[in-house]
Amino acid sequence: MTTAKKELAVAALRNGTVIDHIPSSVLFKAVNILGIEKLDTQLTIGNNLASERYGTKGIIKVADVFFPETTLNRIALIAPTAVVNIIRDFEVVEKRPVVLPDVITGIVTCDNPKCITNNEPMKTRFHVVSREPVTIRCHYCGHSVTSDKAHVL
Amino acid sequence: MFRVDENCNFALLYKGFQPMNQSSLVSISDISREEILSLLEQARYFENHPNHKILDGKVVATLFFEPSTRTRLSFETAVNRLGGRVIGFSDASTTSSTKGETLKDTIKMVSNYVDLIIMRHYLEGAARYATEVTDVPIINAGDGANQHPSQTMLDLYSIYKTQGRLENLDITMVGDLKYGRTVHSLLMAMRYFNPRFKFVACDELKMPVEYKIFCDENGIEYTEYTDFSPEVINSTDILYMTRVQRERFTDIMEYEKVKNLYNLHNSMLDGSRDNLKILHPLPRVNEIALDVDDNPKAYYFQQARNGLYARQALICRALGIDVTKLKESDK
Repeated sequence: MTTAKKELAVAALRNGTVIDHIPSSVLFKAVNILGIEKLDTQLTIGNNLASERYGTKGIIKVADVFFPETTLNRIALIAPTAVVNIIRDFEVVEKRPVVLPDVITGIVTCDNPKCITNNEPMKTRFHVVSREPVTIRCHYCGHSVTSDKAHVL
Repeated sequence: MFRVDENCNFALLYKGFQPMNQSSLVSISDISREEILSLLEQARYFENHPNHKILDGKVVATLFFEPSTRTRLSFETAVNRLGGRVIGFSDASTTSSTKGETLKDTIKMVSNYVDLIIMRHYLEGAARYATEVTDVPIINAGDGANQHPSQTMLDLYSIYKTQGRLENLDITMVGDLKYGRTVHSLLMAMRYFNPRFKFVACDELKMPVEYKIFCDENGIEYTEYTDFSPEVINSTDILYMTRVQRERFTDIMEYEKVKNLYNLHNSMLDGSRDNLKILHPLPRVNEIALDVDDNPKAYYFQQARNGLYARQALICRALGIDVTKLKESDK
């Protein structure tokens, strides 16, 4: 079987969004962050697929849904390598990497147990203070953490 | 590894995330160099003229969710000396927070009654959050191990007053440099004034790496010591002592191990500079021996007194009262 056939076996989208090159280890976190479990359109989630660059990868294909850019960028913290493909009539009309925003709201919990965000019913907010390596800082208590150690909700 | 950004006043740095009220004071980094100098002049003015009726008709809440003596009493004295009225509590166990009321609800409720809220909370970030849920200005009187900007203002005022300047000073910080919020805030505030720091602490309590990076990035000279030696003391203008804070330790055995490592005795000051002043945010336990109290270089009680004037200046800032006009009308 050829590689092309293998990929086609997963799903071919007429219209929709494909998020490719998600690290396998965070695929389901990405699913969570995007909130796609509540969608009623056709949805394909693949994991541990062969990837030339990363060994294995995860992929999310969502039919007939075009997410706002800010929604897709929410996964950049955990999946900085992810690439978004916009499909219209079986053609990739747009292809772009996810971009880490300057401010991350409501995705990461602060690992400082004495932080107000862990004790009040409120959204967390982090500022990206370094992009290499990605380091985020709690808007409230000032506690910083690198993205690989960040606890995603 | 992480860094303390020079502009860690995120509220101003990132558009769309300003606090709801700009007169609030959450962190010392909310205040610029010029404003620090102006506030010090205002504090000096209040030292010479402590009583004014400029808060006539104003009500100020002091919400102390965590115990405090000096900070609460000096804030309340400051309001009283300026002619305002104070409501509040000094023990959260007498409030609805014991019934599970959120901080947000408490702040919103109190905002209905007062012109200014001065709050201390045991949770870090509580004051920043409070500024987002009310239009009433908030002054942070300490949020856990995070920030305590009015302490920093009184420290700066004490340094300014005793040394005649803030620039180019040798400042030695001793004791708990890991958890001590006062040393962190003072370090950050001094970045404008070209200090040379000496950090004296045991390995368990040494200055966190992010503050050392902060020094590097701001061109601030610093040296670390584990030995509290005469050489260190004798080459210092300001000796900033701190208490090893029992309440910051989760393991009491760790506390017992380190609590007595850096104690200052009068005989250790024999070769010190004439202009040396010993500061301490208080309360002290035994890190400064009682025989130091009578040495003219001991300044911690006057330092606590300076807190009153510094806080008068901060209250005026929060309420938009122009102290310079007050000074003119006095002439």
